[in-house]
Amino acid sequence: MTVETQIVHIKGIKDGLLVTIGEGDWPRAQSTLLSSIVEKASFFQGARLAMEVGNRVLHAAELGALRDRLSDQGVSLWAVISSSPVTEQTAQVLGLATRLSMPRPERSVRPLDTTLEGENGVFIRRTLRSGFRIASHGHISVMGDINPGAEVIAGGSIVVWGRVRGSVVAGADGDESAVVCALALDPTQLRIANLVANLPGKKAVSQPVCASIRNGIITVEPWKPKER
Amino acid sequence: MSATVVTVTSGKGGVGKTTTTANLAVALAAGGQKVVCIDGDIGLRNLDVILGLENRIVYDLVDVVEGRCRLKQAMIRDKRLQELYLIPAAQTRDKNAVSPSDMVRLTDDLREEFDWVLIDSPAGIERGFRNSVAPADTVLVVTNPEVSAVRDADRIIGLIESEEKGPARLILNRVNYEMVKRGDMLTSDDVLELLAVELIGIVPEDDHVIMSSNRGQPVALDPKTRAGTAFQNIARRLRGEDVPFMNLEVKEDIFQKLSRLIRPGGN
Ligand SMILES: Nc1ncnc2c1ncn2[C@@H]1O[C@H](COP(=O)(O)OP(=O)(O)O)[C@@H](O)[C@H]1O
Ligand SMILES: [Mg+2]
Repeated sequence: MTVETQIVHIKGIKDGLLVTIGEGDWPRAQSTLLSSIVEKASFFQGARLAMEVGNRVLHAAELGALRDRLSDQGVSLWAVISSSPVTEQTAQVLGLATRLSMPRPERSVRPLDTTLEGENGVFIRRTLRSGFRIASHGHISVMGDINPGAEVIAGGSIVVWGRVRGSVVAGADGDESAVVCALALDPTQLRIANLVANLPGKKAVSQPVCASIRNGIITVEPWKPKER
Repeated sequence: MSATVVTVTSGKGGVGKTTTTANLAVALAAGGQKVVCIDGDIGLRNLDVILGLENRIVYDLVDVVEGRCRLKQAMIRDKRLQELYLIPAAQTRDKNAVSPSDMVRLTDDLREEFDWVLIDSPAGIERGFRNSVAPADTVLVVTNPEVSAVRDADRIIGLIESEEKGPARLILNRVNYEMVKRGDMLTSDDVLELLAVELIGIVPEDDHVIMSSNRGQPVALDPKTRAGTAFQNIARRLRGEDVPFMNLEVKEDIFQKLSRLIRPGGN
């Protein structure tokens, strides 16, 4: 094996193949990866690829181009794992996973009196247009709208700084204490745990509201900070 | 010269992408611009028909990409407008005959010689769409004032944002003012409220579009028609002019006007 090929390591994992890209410049890493795929085309045909790129900063143009060239070879890129937040965001924007499996919430040490431990969540800063979907076992907050045809599924609660017109599911793993908060709520469908909201047809609520389970039904109430 | 590459796309089929591409091409060329349009709808070509150039096709896009002819040989020059060219799609090949990088290379070769490269995208979000969007500097999304078309436009706009080709600009085509007035059709405000993108044109529903397409004479060649004017305006906005949006209201006849004067507010 030459030094050239050291930059790319490929191994089999539960979910397909995992490629680890070592140090070195991106064009060379990319061409090394592509040529090893071309070399063993039949082995790679139809493969699902996850790629670990370390702390490399990759933008949509680069990652998108690689995805396209891989798909030309019949290889589908489904995940990009990186410690660079930029790369991670690029991957999310391109609809790629950024972890091989759901992360386990970290057990932290006992907090100081005034420091709250909080819970982990996912933050998305863009409008989710039709066809876009976010799913997480934790909480999800979105800064932007959720348009018809978009889907947000959270194990925990959902907070939307924007309008909800698509489908939202909070407490998807059964948590009945989960809530959905939004600046305006006119969802295609709203579910909490295993209940489906029975929303008034046309009348969209266009003020900040919070939906939660009260006495066994999903209730939507205007947001009144004092009561909380 | 360095052309701007404009891709016309939609998601849903039949909303007016090809009509829009043909009319913008004609309107820009009539305004003295050098224009080449590329039919990106491989396997279902029809831009050549709308432009009335069907009978002059010898080579097509796939011939260029696969090296069977030089780029120049596949460019058909329009008879009416000196500075308008078409690169037709292959009728018999599938979309995978061309890749996004082929399209980038091809348009790069054209940029030097033209002011505008217009690409007519196929419907859908598959390979043909990616091919058409890959080289774009500007993406125009065409939609109709119908819930399903708007939903697909929203999806396409999201994908364009993901490819960092945004922000897309919107053309609302086939607006029927009578229906809007009766409250039977989504208004441009309804559509824009959801899509939240820049509107570059509203084109009314106009029978002249179909009649002129059948004759291979895009309606923009006849600015007396309402749709023709609308397309001319879009072309001017593309060139950076600030053109006010036209009033889509159909002219009232004398009796309608009288009854409105007699019963003010009553409509
Ligand atoms: N503004 C309009 N008024 C009337 N008919 C239209 C208008 N725009 C498009 N059409 C008609 O709609 C049909 C579909 O248009 P086309 O441009 O082929 O759509 P696409 O390329 O998106 O599939 C054609 O028959 C065309 O003549
Ligand atoms: Mg078409």
